[in-house]
Amino acid sequence: MSLQRFLQTAVSEWMNGEGPDSDIVFSSRVRLARNLRNHPFPLLATDTEADQVVQEVEQVVRSEEFQNLGRYELLKLDNLSALEKKVFVEKHLISPHLANESRNGAVVLSENEAVSIMINEEDHLRIQCLFPGFQLMETWKMADKIDDLFENSLDIAFDEKHGFLTSCPTNVGTGIRASVMMHLPALVMTQQITRILNAINQIGLVVRGIYGEGSEVAGNLFQISNQITLGHSEEEIIENLYGVTKQIIEHERAARRSLLEHNKLQFEDRLCRSYGILANARIMESKEAATRLSDLRLAVDLGLITGFSAHIINELMVLIQPGFLQMYSGKELTPEQRDARRAKLIRERLSAALES
Amino acid sequence: MICQECGQKPATIHFTKIVNGEKTEFHLCETCAGEKGDMFSSPSNFTINHLLSGLLNFNGAGTSIGGPSTEKPLRCETCGLTYSQFSKSGRFGCVDCYTSFAGRLDPLLKRIHGNMEHSGKVPQRSGGKIKLKKELQELKLQLQQKVAREEFEQAAKLRDKIKQLEKEIAHS
Ligand SMILES: [Zn+2]
Ligand SMILES: [Zn+2]
Repeated sequence: MSLQRFLQTAVSEWMNGEGPDSDIVFSSRVRLARNLRNHPFPLLATDTEADQVVQEVEQVVRSEEFQNLGRYELLKLDNLSALEKKVFVEKHLISPHLANESRNGAVVLSENEAVSIMINEEDHLRIQCLFPGFQLMETWKMADKIDDLFENSLDIAFDEKHGFLTSCPTNVGTGIRASVMMHLPALVMTQQITRILNAINQIGLVVRGIYGEGSEVAGNLFQISNQITLGHSEEEIIENLYGVTKQIIEHERAARRSLLEHNKLQFEDRLCRSYGILANARIMESKEAATRLSDLRLAVDLGLITGFSAHIINELMVLIQPGFLQMYSGKELTPEQRDARRAKLIRERLSAALES
Repeated sequence: MICQECGQKPATIHFTKIVNGEKTEFHLCETCAGEKGDMFSSPSNFTINHLLSGLLNFNGAGTSIGGPSTEKPLRCETCGLTYSQFSKSGRFGCVDCYTSFAGRLDPLLKRIHGNMEHSGKVPQRSGGKIKLKKELQELKLQLQQKVAREEFEQAAKLRDKIKQLEKEIAHS
């Protein structure tokens, strides 16, 4: 019943919320890695031991204290179909590792899907919180609160010297991975992005982007996160990422202003062309879709194209992924069929948005 | 550029990691990157194995790890994982691996994080005493500063707090 609800809406409810600077920072995320002291890590656990972990976690989730936070539901991966798992991955509610490689894996989801807690991934617990826009500190506070609730009743692996003990030594200490998903089209267009990303890399942060043909990033989406988890407090880690993100936002805004001032006609032409293609194309590969949607999003954010909300474009970015397209069509699709289906979906969604 | 993992498809996912000034570049095709990890989940997931085995091999150079079989392999008694197994997978087997491999851990952690000791959140319940101890340390530091600045009134207040905290720690 509720599983249907999770899958029906491509866009998690949290994504509809407005966040600060959400024209550039799409989302803020904090993930905490935690383990139970008296169980081997998932890699070496027997099926029985792994199941025991799920049961212990489930008890906490069912407790009154936990349910006071909101409605949470535990789903076992073994009870999901391959396609359902794929869709969960595309929504970033679970990792591909949990979907494909875990034994007795499970996920606890909050009703708005802002919180997802993976069980028996690489660590016993991966608590992750995703908030819209630029709200790293708020996201950390939420994750911290959930962590406290688990720690109240479970024996969490912690030692004074190494902090929270994790399966992989790259996560030990705070176990925190904080990240922001940024849309940086103007920095890419003005070719400042490489310089900026190199600078970010020098200060212990990691940037990831998906590159299309040549050197251009499909969708102009970049995820920036902390690399180091040991030796700095959670607040220091968040503040460092916050400060850097703030600077990148300023650079992106400056680049947008400069494009509008110095190349307005060419700039506007490029963005509006993309809109024309999205509204009319019959075949749309995922990479091209990501690039064109990035253009449309920028045009909407700058007020060059009106009539769409940014939410529609966010939603399309999720919907055009293979798992969703197949879910939407109710059957398996070949790559060619997917490209045609993707083009149709985008056309329909855009024209429906204009009519409403 | 060709994917460094499969050596067949064009590399479309690129990134660089720099820890303590050491730079490692990664170029993967979407399939290989997809198999190794998620854009969102753990940003470093799919490179960790490479990165770690590099680090661990370096650490192991000149020692008996994987060397002559006359020496007993270093092993975690609780879960049975050997150090050489750990160095291949980059994953510990249980909490006690941290104590079993303690001798080799510090240089590894230093290399990954540039630090060897935790200075973040301490859990309320299991870390109660640790938390009080850290608080005590912090107060003693403040006390020194107040005394140095001759702010004796505030120093006296701190001294009372410290006494109380020391009592709490003794009784907990
Ligand atoms: Zn490959
Ligand atoms: Zn062990």
